Amino acid sequence: MIPEFGHYALILALCVAIIQGVLPLIGAHQGRREWLMLARPAAQTVFLLLAIAFVLLAWSFYTNDFSVLYVAEHSNSQMPVMYRLGAVWGGHEGSLLLWVFLLSTWTILVAQLSKALDEFMVARVIGVLGLVMSGLLLFILTTSNPFERLLPAAQDGRSLNPLLQDPGLVFHPPMLYMGYVGFSVAFAFAIASLLSGRLDAAWARWSRPWTTAAWVFLTLGIALGSWWAYYELGWGGWWFWDPVENASFIPWLVGTALLHSLAVTEKRGGFKSWTVLLAITAFSLSLLGTFLVRSGVLTSVHAFATDPRRGIFILIFLALVVGSSLILYAWRAPKSSLGGKFSLSSRETFILLGNVFLVVSAGSVLLGTLYPLLIDALHLGKISVGPPYFNSVFVPIMIPLLVLMGIGPWTHWKNSDLVAVIKRLWLAALVAVFAGVTIPMVMGDFTWLAGLGFLLAFWVIASGCLQIIRQAKTGKPTRSFIGMQVAHLGIAVFVIGVTMVGAYQEEKDVRMSAGETVSVGGYQIQLQGIQAERGPNYLAMRGTFLLSKNGNIEATLYPEKRNYFSSTMPMTEAAINVGLTRDIYVSLGEELTDKSWAVRVYYKPFVDWIWGGCLLMALGGVLAISDKRYRIRLKRQAA
Amino acid sequence: MKPRYKRALIIIAALAVIGVAALLILNALNSNIALYVTPSEVAAGKAPQGQAFRIGGMVKDGSLKRDGLTVHFVITDLVKDIPVAYTGILPDLFKEGKGAVIQGRLNANGEFIASEVLAKHDENYMPPEAKHALEQAQKNGSNK
Repeated sequence: MIPEFGHYALILALCVAIIQGVLPLIGAHQGRREWLMLARPAAQTVFLLLAIAFVLLAWSFYTNDFSVLYVAEHSNSQMPVMYRLGAVWGGHEGSLLLWVFLLSTWTILVAQLSKALDEFMVARVIGVLGLVMSGLLLFILTTSNPFERLLPAAQDGRSLNPLLQDPGLVFHPPMLYMGYVGFSVAFAFAIASLLSGRLDAAWARWSRPWTTAAWVFLTLGIALGSWWAYYELGWGGWWFWDPVENASFIPWLVGTALLHSLAVTEKRGGFKSWTVLLAITAFSLSLLGTFLVRSGVLTSVHAFATDPRRGIFILIFLALVVGSSLILYAWRAPKSSLGGKFSLSSRETFILLGNVFLVVSAGSVLLGTLYPLLIDALHLGKISVGPPYFNSVFVPIMIPLLVLMGIGPWTHWKNSDLVAVIKRLWLAALVAVFAGVTIPMVMGDFTWLAGLGFLLAFWVIASGCLQIIRQAKTGKPTRSFIGMQVAHLGIAVFVIGVTMVGAYQEEKDVRMSAGETVSVGGYQIQLQGIQAERGPNYLAMRGTFLLSKNGNIEATLYPEKRNYFSSTMPMTEAAINVGLTRDIYVSLGEELTDKSWAVRVYYKPFVDWIWGGCLLMALGGVLAISDKRYRIRLKRQAA
Repeated sequence: MKPRYKRALIIIAALAVIGVAALLILNALNSNIALYVTPSEVAAGKAPQGQAFRIGGMVKDGSLKRDGLTVHFVITDLVKDIPVAYTGILPDLFKEGKGAVIQGRLNANGEFIASEVLAKHDENYMPPEAKHALEQAQKNGSNK
């Protein structure tokens, strides 16, 4: 009965979501207060129903109810409880349920925290979110019902893909989805303001912390995914320009542009139409990303053929969302495109330029991701677009962006004396050039690309430090200001990590038997031996490696090759010795003849700075949200 | 400066960025796209010369031979066989009798020197390109 209750809760949620999507919008249009008032209770009911559905699905996993098809396909009685619960979002149906659950979480957060906002606006925002919710619930119920029964029940489940049996699965998807789904709030605010015709600074001020929050989650989600791929997939890379990764990165780029554009709209009332367009784009790309990834369209267009209903539904839904918002945009967006007077040397110009770079880079990634699909759909042959494409397009676009990042924050709104700004920056330029020349020399190998990477990173850092010093002299800096500096510093830290790994990592594939030593990056790694070990639901071959430098033993590493009982697929578990300035990464290949093994070792300088940089960016976002000006209003409403 | 000029300047700057990006994209697409070729097409000499490309197909049963870290195997669409050499560690899901996609170039002896061997994350998953090659070969076989 439990799964039927879950299914029933989903159906009820759809009915209430339709009410939430339709009545408040009509009520706001016709000025019917009693219909407006339905928005909050409806949103709360949907949240409650979805929470019930979610808990019931988790319960089915917990009790190993293999009469539920989704459970039978993604779980197994031998799996540890934590992974059985993580498996709730380990497949298509469950992850969509997570998606709508998080969407309703954002919705009630908006409903609860927006009491100071005018009722018409709140009703419209909740209504738009309700419409999105209805579409997704309809999609789940018609094509991807997680509660579908499997009769007769399976003896045992097929188990989760061993790659996914990792703590990363428990945290990565919810984080990423919080980000994806969070852009729906910015989208709803944009649509609501188009509907009401009130595109003003107040609107920007309201949607700004929400957008930043979504961006923080997306940043963390992407970073977690990258870190997971690094240690779990056994490949040792941190980014592969895989279509699935790109699907999350494209909304991030557009979302970053949106954050900056919202700042202009809030502070200066400018860029209104552009901001609205970015909000619509960011959310549409999030939708595109989730669906493409989960429906398998991205690996091949032919995945449509496996379940044509899903693909077609997705296309229609996307077309509806994008089409109707763009029509509304064309009809209601303010005509003067940039708004607010500003001179060429002003902060507005710099933000606009930065926006152009971000959007163009997002476009280039999108193009590379969709190009093989397009060519295949047109029957022009099958091709693959690999990392070299993305590296040779994306990196050059980021270079001027980083240069701008060092200058932009110095400029004033409206009009700024560019010569004075440049005069202040000579010290930063000096530091940057010095770092760009000396760091590669110290690392022992000068390449232009590495030099450029350090130069840009230290340009951003030095410029940020100078600003902080100046700000500290004139008074206490606001949280927004600190947040901006921390996030920009995060970018610089990230660039340092990427540059170091790109230029100075060492990789060796070697054949080793017990007692043999391989050296990498000034470290020696000795294979002690390889023994069989038994885990809860797998058998492993476990290697013991001794890591030493100049004769001092630093650590013992235990990489594994696992064979899960429920699967014929072997799994590589890499062993990583983590350090602030370098990681040593050892993974087992396969057993060769005469008891020797293929072993892959990496020396990865500063690789953790990549994720450290992402953490700083997220921290910057959190600081910006906690700025006083957002809280003052909260206090006022409480009074 | 007059607002009109200002706007024109901004538009020109934006167009310049987009133009440069378009150039980069076209250039990168030209040199960094790997074409998928089926084993039959390689055997018929239709593979791109002097450029990396990808082959999708099945790893032939019993063809895997190790020589230290170098692996030799045969990739097939069940009609034509292409010998492949790869040095390095094979992905977990690489197996005889399973689908695989490899990227690399042909050498003078007609052996495919792989720089990358790709296998997907799931054991039940057949790379669509490998499937495509098998279907293609079957179709051509039944036409004859």
